[in-house]
Amino acid sequence: MKASHIIGIVIIAVAIGIIIATAGDASSYVTFNEAQEMAENGNGNSIHVVGELTKDNSGEIIGIEPSPDKLSFSFVMVDDNQKQQRVYYNEPMPADFKRSEKVVVIGSYKDDLFIADKILMKCPSKYQEETVNAEI
Amino acid sequence: MIHTLIGDLGHLFVIISLVTALLAAFSYFKAAQKDDLAAEGWKSIGKMFFSFHAIAVLGIVVCLFYIIYGHYFEYHYAWSHSSRQLPTHYMISCFWEGQEGSFLLWMFWHAILGIIVIATNKFWESSVMTVFSLVQAFLASMILGVVIPGLELKLGSSPFILLRDAIDAPIFASQPDFVPKDGTGLNPLLQNYWMVIHPPTLFLGFALCTVPFAYCIGGLWKKRYRDWIRPALPWALVGGAILGLGILMGGYWAYETLNFGGYWNWDPVENAVYVPWLFLIAAIHTMITFRSSETALKASIVLVITTFVLLLYSTFLTRSGILGESSVHSFTDLGLSGQLLIYLLFFTIGAIWLTVIRWKYLPTSEKEASTYSREFWIFIGALVLCMMGFQVLIPTSIPVYNKIVEAFGVVSNLAPPAEQIQFYSKFQLWFAVAVALLSGVGQFFWWKKMDKSQLKNSLIIPVVITLITTMIIILVKNVADPSYIVLLLAGVFTVVANGKIFIDVFRKSPGLSGGAVTHIGVGMILIGIMFSAGYSKVVSLNRTGMLISKESSNEFNSENLLLFVNEPKEMAGYELKYKGERVESESPSMFIKKGDIENTAIPYLVTAKRDIEEDGETVFQKGDTIKIAPENTYYEIQYKDGNNNIFTLYPRAQVNESMGGLLASPDIKRGLGKDLYTHVSSIRSPNEKVEWSEMEEFKVAPDQNFFVNDYVTSINKVERIDQVDGLDLGPEDVAVRIDIIVQGEDDNYLAQPIFVIKDGLVGRISDEIVDLGIKLTVLNIHPDENQFSIGANTRQKNWVVLKAMEKPLINILWSGTLLLMIGFGIAINRRYKEFKKMREKGME
Repeated sequence: MKASHIIGIVIIAVAIGIIIATAGDASSYVTFNEAQEMAENGNGNSIHVVGELTKDNSGEIIGIEPSPDKLSFSFVMVDDNQKQQRVYYNEPMPADFKRSEKVVVIGSYKDDLFIADKILMKCPSKYQEETVNAEI
Repeated sequence: MIHTLIGDLGHLFVIISLVTALLAAFSYFKAAQKDDLAAEGWKSIGKMFFSFHAIAVLGIVVCLFYIIYGHYFEYHYAWSHSSRQLPTHYMISCFWEGQEGSFLLWMFWHAILGIIVIATNKFWESSVMTVFSLVQAFLASMILGVVIPGLELKLGSSPFILLRDAIDAPIFASQPDFVPKDGTGLNPLLQNYWMVIHPPTLFLGFALCTVPFAYCIGGLWKKRYRDWIRPALPWALVGGAILGLGILMGGYWAYETLNFGGYWNWDPVENAVYVPWLFLIAAIHTMITFRSSETALKASIVLVITTFVLLLYSTFLTRSGILGESSVHSFTDLGLSGQLLIYLLFFTIGAIWLTVIRWKYLPTSEKEASTYSREFWIFIGALVLCMMGFQVLIPTSIPVYNKIVEAFGVVSNLAPPAEQIQFYSKFQLWFAVAVALLSGVGQFFWWKKMDKSQLKNSLIIPVVITLITTMIIILVKNVADPSYIVLLLAGVFTVVANGKIFIDVFRKSPGLSGGAVTHIGVGMILIGIMFSAGYSKVVSLNRTGMLISKESSNEFNSENLLLFVNEPKEMAGYELKYKGERVESESPSMFIKKGDIENTAIPYLVTAKRDIEEDGETVFQKGDTIKIAPENTYYEIQYKDGNNNIFTLYPRAQVNESMGGLLASPDIKRGLGKDLYTHVSSIRSPNEKVEWSEMEEFKVAPDQNFFVNDYVTSINKVERIDQVDGLDLGPEDVAVRIDIIVQGEDDNYLAQPIFVIKDGLVGRISDEIVDLGIKLTVLNIHPDENQFSIGANTRQKNWVVLKAMEKPLINILWSGTLLLMIGFGIAINRRYKEFKKMREKGME
């Protein structure tokens, strides 16, 4: 066998290994119900849930509760199946949070609370205003 | 007044740049198809069109900058990225904060590089510039901002769009000519000098990668399969250096400005530039092999094309909004994703098609590469680099697979790995070990013809030195983790082996030492990363046994220190003292105590309450107006080590309710062996309601001491004033300001409460000493007794919660970076000289 063939085989093996490892370590996007089921079945893996913040009729965001020292906060999120869920995040409220159109929380259920380890936000565009006020 | 002319002019330039790029591409295409003599006519037409194109690009840049610089907030771009008080150098950053501006920046570099290519090449001009002009035409279409009527197809997004056309606000219905007084400003985290120079460097790197690609396509097209590599190599080297510099600058910015405590986060956006860079470095290696031994031509062609395609792919990833749910950078879709996809597919399919039809004509060397040949080992090295990139690319592309399978009606719920840093690091570590070992051994193969016994002889000394050095480092620095020991060993081996080569080569011919220097840099970078990331440790440990906050996690309570103003605390051999809140004045740039200034109606202008000194010299006099950056608060933290050496750090925080919270930036005490990295993790919120104690009353004469919150306090001066902000004083009215000095632990603090009698009614304006938590009010004046009634409220003293980390040997990382750049510089110089020689012979 030529050296180049051996190299070829090794490369393919490594590539397949990488793809399998990626698939194994990949997390998944689920709904709150699925996430809760996973937690009840003892699966504590971190998963992604996509959703939006709850808003009242006038478009104001409701349900955000910072802790008294502002070092953590919790909020209510609605997932794609319209399920409302309180999410706790053990860090100060991230910049832009209230402006986000969509929120991705990465974490897992603990009893009835979803504990987020990480929050990703999708904003209209970072720091871009959506409307103009006459005063400014 | 709406300045429509400048925007129309800018838009006109965009259209001209698109048309001239297409015309230049066509003319150069014609020129490249003809033989030498007949080509001249088309070539000069192409040259003319490209020159017009370059002028038009410059025109767009000038127009956009004019709009930003002139504060023409009737334009959406200026309004959403700039504001009035932004200093000029940050106005340059606004220029590319938006996507349109960054495309423009990319085009700008391409225009300049195109002109250099035209000026330096004879033979390659036509074919290379055909590719270049096509790339430019695609970029110009990205900022075109034209909707094709009938089709409702939006082509590009213009930076010259008016605010009233971009945003549907009610005000424009009543006042179509309404112009906002101020813009919404630049993202505060981007107000950093690294963000002024980092994006242009990255985009220059992007632009430079187009040049080798264009040469490669030209070589395949004109059937000069071997000849394209010589002129392309110096460009590839410059590209590798600049792109690498851009990436490292980004890392350095993150280290200095963001408080996640590191320089690399494996965020998809970081990966998107890292992967093409790895492939470019692999391409450089195979190109160098080809230059010296005529092998690896096919590999070079494949790698150069892959690099460019990956660059387009990263552009697609970061700008199509596809990463919206996986990246903290949260890029959004400007509606250009379709256009970007066409751009990506056009060049990918075109390049693959050309390569395929030319593949069988490509010259190959028949000889089987021996395992003792340098070509073999460099090829393996290039493969490892590609695998390294591949490993990052696969998980980063997860959102793309989801989109693809969704197109076929399947719902995929695959998400990127939740713990990005651990996930990528555990793979990249072993690739890095392989790269380090190969670059150590590879250099020996490079400089000598090897066989088994010779290899043994030349490796034995470096291996022994490596083992001894590594052993010492392991013992001194307590490296215990086995995988870190392997990485350290590999890194030290690269440094030692390449160090030996460097000494040998430098004696004979310093101009050839580029490779050795670069590889020493790589070894140092690996060692630096291993220590600073693997052995970073939190030193701000809370040993008091008291919780900072009951609501917070155990980790927060044990890894942070609560500092009260002027109360010393021990930490990691230092005595820490929080000295209070500071703001930074703009000119001269210095830190000013918040208590020494008084706010005005305009947030970024304040007046000095007293003379402000620095190093014994008065910088601002009482009453001077000072320009500050109001969103930034700095926390003066004094460190005193065991030898009574004192230094001060100023970690920064921005509290912005509309942005939802606290943005903290670290301050770093740099040391030879380690950096002390400090940032605030919680502060007293300025917008929160303060709980004051009940008022205590004192009846005192001037110069008579009394005690507030245990501080010695006295009235220093009584002054009648004519003006009080917000009050109209009539001739009968009286206003008296009383200067009260509170003697703090280290400094005196000044409060200036005001007592007003207006229209027979008494008004009292209190003043607060923020740091000490004291509020003083003049309750009454007793002229007959020459006494004053002073009321004092107190609250909790000012405090800050601080987190500090030690980053050992991070300077090895930064010095390695520097060596990497020097090495590239030496190599570029050498290859450029080669190219020049050949050009003088009329070969290029």
